[in-house]
Amino acid sequence: MKKEGRTQAVNNSDLEVAGIWTDRRVAITGGTSGLGQALVTALIARGARVAFVARNRERVESVVRDVSQAHGVVGDVSSKTEIYPIAIQLLGALGGVDVLINNASSLGPVPLVPLADTNCEDLELALQTNLLGPFRLTKALLGSLGASARERRCPVVLNISSDAAIKAYPNWGAYSASKAALHHLSRIWGQELSSQGIRVLSLDPGDMDTPLHALAVPDADRSGLKSPETAAQEMITAVERVLLAGSANDKDERQEVI
Amino acid sequence: MIAASLPNQRPSDARLLVIDAKGQMKHLARLNFPDLLRAGDVVIANDAATIPASLFGTHCRTGAPIEARLAARESLHADANTCFSAVIFGSGDYHIRTEYRPSPPELRSGDTLRFGSLHATVVRLLDHPRLVLLRFEGSSERIWQGLARHGRPIQYAHVPTPLAIWDTWTPIAGPLAAFEPPSASFIVNWSFLNAINRRGVHFGTLTHAAGISSTGDPELDARLPFDEPYRIPESTVRAIQDAGARGGRVIAIGTTVVRALEDAASIGDGLRPGEGLARLKIGPGTRLHIVDAIVSGTHEHGSSHYELLRAFVDDGTLERMDRELGQERYRAHEFGDSVFVEKLKIQAIKEKAGEQDIRPR
Repeated sequence: MKKEGRTQAVNNSDLEVAGIWTDRRVAITGGTSGLGQALVTALIARGARVAFVARNRERVESVVRDVSQAHGVVGDVSSKTEIYPIAIQLLGALGGVDVLINNASSLGPVPLVPLADTNCEDLELALQTNLLGPFRLTKALLGSLGASARERRCPVVLNISSDAAIKAYPNWGAYSASKAALHHLSRIWGQELSSQGIRVLSLDPGDMDTPLHALAVPDADRSGLKSPETAAQEMITAVERVLLAGSANDKDERQEVI
Repeated sequence: MIAASLPNQRPSDARLLVIDAKGQMKHLARLNFPDLLRAGDVVIANDAATIPASLFGTHCRTGAPIEARLAARESLHADANTCFSAVIFGSGDYHIRTEYRPSPPELRSGDTLRFGSLHATVVRLLDHPRLVLLRFEGSSERIWQGLARHGRPIQYAHVPTPLAIWDTWTPIAGPLAAFEPPSASFIVNWSFLNAINRRGVHFGTLTHAAGISSTGDPELDARLPFDEPYRIPESTVRAIQDAGARGGRVIAIGTTVVRALEDAASIGDGLRPGEGLARLKIGPGTRLHIVDAIVSGTHEHGSSHYELLRAFVDDGTLERMDRELGQERYRAHEFGDSVFVEKLKIQAIKEKAGEQDIRPR
């Protein structure tokens, strides 16, 4: 069933959106594992210009070795003082930004624990990474996204969400609260920025077979999990729909899917 | 005037001295700037993001501490970041007024300079012992990384606390192009964009590599502004043409916007999109082809910014402006108050009549 869905998406993509990513400037956070890395690989393959951010220098260099056209930036989006140095390096690599994908996530306390056992610092870290990081980086790049809109490049901000942003799962408190806040932030930002031609999406990629999921649920049956490549394809298809819709004023095309 | 010493881009009590097309003056709360705009007008701002262009390091031949302030490069392309012209200072930092900063050691072609992970070579002196052409080593990516990690915003003694990069980026900052903030654009936040949109006022941007405003050396200061690259997008040219067709005004946010638009319009037949190098020094003899009004900071008599205002209004009006700014204790410098100066009607009429020199009698 999942495989059929994926095949369908690829076919649609091939038919409708040939060339739509060519020279599009894409910035991705959390680009060295799971969904982020799959997005880097898939978007480079589609002709996009991609710069990604991740904390670990060795892993950044390793991804750049694998995907040589991608630009790697070493930085931590959870740190306030790192945001502008990150933004400068993204803009230096790409010259501007048309698509920003806020993908980097922190689970909070690992192993997962009830809120009553969650340290304040763990909640803070989840909020710094999952809420404040995307807020700050989007804000730092908003001028570039606005310029992209004026040049009719149809800029998009994609914030990676989770069903935990909506549903209350015990033990997922720090992560859920941060993702719920990010989701609501996305919806408000989407409304505020639509008049400026900037679209904001908040999408749930589903349960994926990623290092983050393995940390959260070490004994999960991995065969039941979506591959990051499949999820990346779904995210790309969702962004493509917005790019194809084109017009900044077409509110029906704004998507806030969970 | 008094110096604005806090790095607050939009203080709630910021003021705007308005000089209208008849030369009449009034004081406004700057928040109410959109009230001056009419449907059909177009507002053009500089969307340059500010490179942290102050680099502290070492002059390797002597071991002396130096500060390099990057001042210009030839192109706005993101990967054209190998060569910069730079003003070199000796020891100390922004706490010392630039005119009192110790001199750097004698600089020669081939000297190497180290700034954290960034290594640079002095290619040559640019007709002044402290103005040099620098070439950084490494890939474009490594140079941006070095600037992002090691560079600090260029700063002056009137702001005593260290500036963060976010203090210097306007709300619309995009391409990495400016060496000091295009500070007139501090007023252009997203609420402002919504407010003017509601009034039927259009908005466009250009990117201009706003350079350094002061070097502490009278001879170098007299050469400012250096030639500065700019880029005008097609959408901005269209917005300006639409405003012209509707009888709307072109309102420039900042001197850099005037420089870029008027430079572009002075070449060939009319305003065209694309890149250029602003060489034009705008002053009392300049005929303004595009811009009808400017929003600017408050500037000292004799500075290049002040000279530019002389293209809009006569000297008598500017003298009255100076008196008002002084009496009302307007705040100067990049985080200070602002002026809105509309081209005097009489000058607009003279220009239409084809007179080149619009200096008042």
